[in-house]
Amino acid sequence: MTGFFLLDLLLFGVVITAVAGMAASWVDRKVTARVQYRVGPPPLQPFTDIVKLMGKETLVPAGVSRAAFLSAPLLGFCAVAAVSTVLWVNQLSSGGFAGDWIVVLYLLTIPSMGIIMGGFASKNPYASLGSSREMKLVMAYELPFVLAILVPVIQSGFAMRLGDILADQAAYGAMASSLSGAIALAVAILCMQAKLALVPFDAPEAETELAGGVFIEYSGAPLAVFKLTKNMLLFVLPFFLSVMFLGGFRFDGIEILWTVLKFVGLVALVTVIRNTNPRVRIDQALRFFWGPVTIAAAAAVVLAFLGL
Amino acid sequence: MSMTLKALLKSPWVFHLSTGSCNNCDIETLDCLTPRFDIERFGMLLVGSIKHADVLLVTGSCNRMSVERLKRLYEQVPKPCLVVGIGTCTGSRGLFVDSYNCPVPLDRIIPVDVYIPGCPPKPEAIMAGVVKLIGKVGGGA
Ligand code: SF4
Repeated sequence: MTGFFLLDLLLFGVVITAVAGMAASWVDRKVTARVQYRVGPPPLQPFTDIVKLMGKETLVPAGVSRAAFLSAPLLGFCAVAAVSTVLWVNQLSSGGFAGDWIVVLYLLTIPSMGIIMGGFASKNPYASLGSSREMKLVMAYELPFVLAILVPVIQSGFAMRLGDILADQAAYGAMASSLSGAIALAVAILCMQAKLALVPFDAPEAETELAGGVFIEYSGAPLAVFKLTKNMLLFVLPFFLSVMFLGGFRFDGIEILWTVLKFVGLVALVTVIRNTNPRVRIDQALRFFWGPVTIAAAAAVVLAFLGL
Repeated sequence: MSMTLKALLKSPWVFHLSTGSCNNCDIETLDCLTPRFDIERFGMLLVGSIKHADVLLVTGSCNRMSVERLKRLYEQVPKPCLVVGIGTCTGSRGLFVDSYNCPVPLDRIIPVDVYIPGCPPKPEAIMAGVVKLIGKVGGGA
């Protein structure tokens, strides 16, 4: 049993997720380039970047805690691999456990924790500023995100397993086809944008003012792990949303086409949002998430209770 | 050629440093990122932190104020790294050759892999220079 779980973790959690994540990252960069009338990078570019970073020197700034600085990237990586394994296990076999969506919600905040930890550990004013912004952003989007995720749970009769939510959707159609599900999906997409720290919610990284923010002091292999984690999140978050709202990924016959379409559609949507918006200040982001977004999410929860 | 070197040549991330240029070279360098030239085709990205860089692009005539910073930045690039001098200023100090403030050209301060002459060089020339550099490093290793 444990042997099988390890296999799942390595094969689906790490390898397939990393490959799919790099593909998603390429889609993101290519679509960005096309939006800007550019040609864009070749398909293997995200992979080349990671390999290159792995081969570079790793610099640790003087006077920082090596343990905190170097373990921060691994924290997020492990969490994303675990989330992905839970999702795949539910998707391919009904191997979930009671309360697994709660575990997924928890694990999905850990990459942000890793980023905050790494930023504060690097002893750089820009990185600290980035970390404090990341912290505020986490507080901003967690509330509406949890509310939005509650909607499919309520609609499927308080299912405690992801597998039951999927089965419910297989029987009665995707969650997003109901009014409350559609509102919750929109809220969740906005939160996904913030979780990925993409424009308009990229204040923690802010290339132009913080020069990379939390990642400023990272180089070589730790930076590669951060990048890989980001790429994997770009796969795992759309995967999670599609399990919760769009009936999940299926690999039988014509369904493969739908699966690819759902995934690429979500990634392309995120990319288009990031290319058509300016960055908001962190206080604006906070007001946005705690104001209209939370109200919409709460309304969706109420509607779900009413069965709409 | 080792795999990491191959990957480095296919994804050179660039840090742009001006050591007291007249700003024209900087503008021409930024032109390379625009849709017309689009160096992301070759995997090049402009990065904001020196710790992420593989290529140090230097413009300008290395005046006394910036030499200190230049040395400090060069020490902070994770190795292996490449240095590109853009503009006549970095090669021979150009029209600042007689200035009290520009004592030595760039290659007396840090090792330079390729010079791209011109005052300022066209974006096409900059890209041709980078392609030559990639050929040189890739062929020589
Ligand atoms: S080479 Fe010419 S254009 Fe470039 S910085 Fe020097 S003076 Fe300016």
